[in-house]
Amino acid sequence: MSKTTDKPLLDVRGVTLQYKTRDHLVTATYRVDFQVFRSDRFVLLGPSGCGKSTLLKAVGGYIQPVEGEITLKSRRIEQPGPDRVMVFQEFDQLLPWKTVKQNVMFALEASGRLGGRAAEERAMQYIEKVNLAKFADSFPHTLSGGMKQRVAIARGMAMEPDILLMDEPFAALDALTRRKMQEELLQLWVGTRFTVLFVTHSIAEAVVIGNRILLLSPHPGQVRAELNSDGSDSVDAATGMKLSDSIHDILFSATR
Amino acid sequence: MPEPTLHRPEFIRERVDDAFGIVEKPLTAWEKVYSQDWIRKVFLLLVLAGFWEAYARHLDNALLFPTFASTVQAFWDAIAKGDLIGKSWHSIQVLLIGYGLGLALAALLTMFAVTTRIGSDLLETLTSMFNPLPAIALLPLALIWFGLGEGSIVFVLVHSVLWAVALNTHSGFMSVSATLRMVGRNYGLRGFGYAWKILVPAAFPSILTGLKTGWAFAWRTLIAAELVFGVSSGSGGLGWFIYENKNQLEIPSVFAGLFTVILIGFAVENIIFKNVELMTVRKWGMQN
Repeated sequence: MSKTTDKPLLDVRGVTLQYKTRDHLVTATYRVDFQVFRSDRFVLLGPSGCGKSTLLKAVGGYIQPVEGEITLKSRRIEQPGPDRVMVFQEFDQLLPWKTVKQNVMFALEASGRLGGRAAEERAMQYIEKVNLAKFADSFPHTLSGGMKQRVAIARGMAMEPDILLMDEPFAALDALTRRKMQEELLQLWVGTRFTVLFVTHSIAEAVVIGNRILLLSPHPGQVRAELNSDGSDSVDAATGMKLSDSIHDILFSATR
Repeated sequence: MPEPTLHRPEFIRERVDDAFGIVEKPLTAWEKVYSQDWIRKVFLLLVLAGFWEAYARHLDNALLFPTFASTVQAFWDAIAKGDLIGKSWHSIQVLLIGYGLGLALAALLTMFAVTTRIGSDLLETLTSMFNPLPAIALLPLALIWFGLGEGSIVFVLVHSVLWAVALNTHSGFMSVSATLRMVGRNYGLRGFGYAWKILVPAAFPSILTGLKTGWAFAWRTLIAAELVFGVSSGSGGLGWFIYENKNQLEIPSVFAGLFTVILIGFAVENIIFKNVELMTVRKWGMQN
């Protein structure tokens, strides 16, 4: 566990995000603060409309905050870059014209991290980590949804980024596969202790995945609470409530 | 908990791993043959040729409608003794020049269109103006500008290819998913690298459609333009071959010329484009 005296890896300070639709200027988040430390599994949790995905895109560098600032290793984030790799919810994030191995290698080569043999070795190493070595030469359209997401995770991890940004990566999977993927992600984390910023709208998923959970309220997204989780959804001695139940109460309490 | 209305015992079964007969059975020979696309098509062609032969014999007028057999005979004669192959090659050469130029211009125009908003407006305006205009309608103008010769044919060919390809490529680029775009930018791709490594392959299904449409337009335009003139450049092409034989009332040779036009169009569509399709969009699962 990082001590709070350490410098945070990712620092989000007073960030207000707005985007334009055809007729409206929408404020997605209002003055959101949070800090992610090295090896954190930091979860952004909230109902739809709380701006959690927009927040993740801002960390990815796709959107500029209208107020506040986001820094990674004390450097201001201004554009997308390979030090923050996104894993998306959509299955079409893999390049359909490249095989599993080529997809992972593409990331390494396009970003200039590695080339040739070195890229291939690194790619295979991470494809083995997600148990897809047998499918290294398959094209994405022949894989199941869960396997596609595993490839996307392998591609992200192979980049060995400062922080992995995951935008509801398991939301489009069936319930059984989702459970399995959550366990696999935790096992991968035990192996490499990467830092991940994980967006979800599922309280159960947040409790299992996260060691730190940021709760956001909707319209516009504002920070409601930041809680610790040990992954077991245990009963808190002070409140006598399960973590998931207290999260539910905070998010959906009528007394806002 | 409410009481279940019926008492039913629970059970767990072992899996049966054999003894259920067929898991996989090879298809019969007939099923295999019938599922081959090209066999069914060849069969259809044979039937059509049969009808042609029968009707021509019934009509018995070689000047109006020669039989299939005499057309094939004229076709072989033109290949063996005449210069049908030379004339076809001449046509294809002119076509390739026009097609290549058209593609290059389309690439330039689309590049301009994806990088700037005004470029995109320009492309949309130009395509909506010129796409409905049949290329052959520009031939009289081309004759004045470029004279009687290949220059004019190339000009109308470029016109017939350019808009179809540019329009399809541009709309293909526009429909590349936001996720793929973000993935490309995530790994630091910018400008030309981004277009070449993300946009072009992701838009390839519609680019290919553009290439096919462009080819079909160009081929038709070429034959039509050659029918009007083509003698000027010495040898002349397929269109000229048809026109010349009509003047000499060599009707089976006219049919043989038309037959060649169909044959070349068919080969490009079903051999070249089909294989490109199999090796790209089908293999990638982007088109079924």
